[in-house]
Amino acid sequence: MFYREAGDFKTSYVEDNQTFPIKFDRWRYWAVLAVAYLVIPFIINDYWANAIFVPFLIYAIAAIGLNILTGYCGQVSLGTGGFMAVGAYACYKLMTGFPEISIIIHIILSGGITAVVGAAFGLPSLRIKGFYLAVATLAAQFFLVWLFNKVEWFYNYSASGQISAPERFVGGVAVTGANTQAWAQYMICLIFVTVCALVARNLTRGTMGRTWMAIRDMDIAAEIIGVNPLKAKLTAFAVSSFFIGISGALFFSVYLGAVEVGEAFGIQKSFLVLFMVIIGGLGSVFGSFAGAAFLVVLPVALKLIGVDLLGWPTDLVSHFQLVFVGALIMFFLIKEPHGLAQLWRVVKEKLRLWPFPH
Amino acid sequence: MTINKLAALAITATMAAAPVMADLVIPDLSYRTGPYAAGGTPFSDGYQDYFSLLNARDGGIGGETVSIVECETGYSTEKGVECYEATKGQGALIYQPLSTGITYQLIPKTVADGIPLHTMGYGRTSAANGEVFNWTFNYPANYWDAASVMVNYLLVQNDGSLEGKNIALLYHNSAYGKEPIRTLENLAEMHGFSFTQIAVDHPGQEQKSQWLQIRRERPDYVLMWGWGVMNQVAIQEAVNIGYPMDQFIGNWWSGAEHDVTPAGAGADGYLSLNMNRVGDLPVFAEISALVHDQGNAAGDGDNLGNVLYTRGMYAAMLAAEAIAKGQEIHGVADVTPAMVRDGMEALEITEARMEELGMAGVGPAFSVSCQDHGGNGLGIVQQWNAEAGEFVALTDYISPDDSVTLPLIMEDSAAFAAENNIEPGCL
Repeated sequence: MFYREAGDFKTSYVEDNQTFPIKFDRWRYWAVLAVAYLVIPFIINDYWANAIFVPFLIYAIAAIGLNILTGYCGQVSLGTGGFMAVGAYACYKLMTGFPEISIIIHIILSGGITAVVGAAFGLPSLRIKGFYLAVATLAAQFFLVWLFNKVEWFYNYSASGQISAPERFVGGVAVTGANTQAWAQYMICLIFVTVCALVARNLTRGTMGRTWMAIRDMDIAAEIIGVNPLKAKLTAFAVSSFFIGISGALFFSVYLGAVEVGEAFGIQKSFLVLFMVIIGGLGSVFGSFAGAAFLVVLPVALKLIGVDLLGWPTDLVSHFQLVFVGALIMFFLIKEPHGLAQLWRVVKEKLRLWPFPH
Repeated sequence: MTINKLAALAITATMAAAPVMADLVIPDLSYRTGPYAAGGTPFSDGYQDYFSLLNARDGGIGGETVSIVECETGYSTEKGVECYEATKGQGALIYQPLSTGITYQLIPKTVADGIPLHTMGYGRTSAANGEVFNWTFNYPANYWDAASVMVNYLLVQNDGSLEGKNIALLYHNSAYGKEPIRTLENLAEMHGFSFTQIAVDHPGQEQKSQWLQIRRERPDYVLMWGWGVMNQVAIQEAVNIGYPMDQFIGNWWSGAEHDVTPAGAGADGYLSLNMNRVGDLPVFAEISALVHDQGNAAGDGDNLGNVLYTRGMYAAMLAAEAIAKGQEIHGVADVTPAMVRDGMEALEITEARMEELGMAGVGPAFSVSCQDHGGNGLGIVQQWNAEAGEFVALTDYISPDDSVTLPLIMEDSAAFAAENNIEPGCL
């Protein structure tokens, strides 16, 4: 009734090409943004920021990045953790090397550095596909973690091998370091997420996204119709790594503040982001958000229900969580291989027909 | 997405509103799951049981009951931060995360929130300089003390000279394992032994190549900075290549019963440091009677008296004494975190006090001051007796060489102060 194309007249090409062609969707989009920008910053506290919102936003960027590579371009990657580490260490070196330059520029540059590294590790994708490529990116994961552990220059020769973020300000407000207010932490992540999501959404709608999807669907056919696989695959790796690098930089500087590469950016991180993409939905920006929210909120929610509400022992809840997440992943792969994004699509289809389904 | 978030919102909102009934809130960031659970579980059991004993026997500390808030970290820094944020609002008085990685996260956060952090024998070594690290304490001993104690023990074994010896360090490739390297490098230069570093990556289940290297190079001594499953694997591998156990020395996180028992009789003679004495203490009988028999044991209660249980109990005792000291200084029973910090800084543990608490000689006598948050750094060397199934103390408390560790502590803490614009001084 309220969710339909009919009656929403478009009189220009710009209007015709907009991201959300349905009026209700546009309103919903602005409403979400309004809540995110105008309501949450005023009510957020340290716990909410550190347990839910900041990790959710940061993982959303990483999931968007991986979704571009895996969901849109069809190249499986298990190197996400390693690329996040590149972003984090690049950010650390820039922060300590050029303390007078704004942290915003450092984070964007960290994304750029990760893009270069990602493109370099993407080169094998021109020759190998599928499982073999996954193994090659796995090598990137282990190599990068080893590198940041081994070469002392990356952690400024500190005795412990840890990197820790010094205090940095944006417009006079601390965004990194221990004295950061919850809302400042949240806002800087939110701004990055908004920009990244907009960029990703529009990239995937344009020529570049269509060449990626052509490669994903059938690379030989794409090549025959004139898509350059070298360019398409390397840009996918570069753009994807750019986003992942930004998320790594934020993860280190804004969220954790101190990082140890093997522990924070190990293979588990790669799997976590991959699960987010799979559960959320491959080839969907919304799916990246849904997957990230799901896997960030679920453990916290299970812990709150199990430990605080039911009073179960903490180890039992923690073990139960593994079982539960594993079962959910299997359930989703069987029942809804296209992820949460597909559920959303089905809901939208049903809404279009409602209340007269016949 | 929104439904999920809303559901969680509603749940947490109800949770956050629930008040904590008891007055002294002590969070226990434990880990009973994952590759480090073998060490985390007994420590947490000992930590919680001691507070339960105080509640049952003395009605808490200074008449205020203690309430433990347990939060599972799985030794992961992310979950550690979440646990910290979840518990700090409930009036947490002191944090003991039992993880060097989480400690690094919490050092700046606890300073900002004004909650004392006690990292007993782990964490950032240079926190011993209390003028820079006002809120962080690592008494009674730290990693650099441990490295120095090991070398001092070896000096005694070798008639005062390690000239020409080859000593290898097998370490967990993390902040924890890397801590002693700088001290050992200095000591190697000082005493003329050659020093080899062998890293083991998290979690440490795969050590074939490391032990192949040890087998090839045959170092005179292997020192180990391991934790969790890494210890068991290392000791098993050492048995497999026939490395002499009495030349293999673990630090105090690599010397508990569960580390050596899987290797069976082969582990007999394995050496490790300890910062607290082991053995049957009168306090165990009290815990058994007043806590375990009442069905209030943390965990399943079968860790009573083992090495890490004793250490967890010792950590709880130090915290309880500090809280009591804070109550005494400020004259109020319902103390704030800042008052506990004052209590920690004025803490004095004497032999008589430990005897009174039913744990005579469990640790060294020491006192804390504003300048020195590190205690005196004593450690004993203990040896595993596989037949009897227990660790036996080989030595009395051995002193570290402060002339080596102190300049390093000053250098590292000065670097930290410069990085973070801290003006060293007492609070």
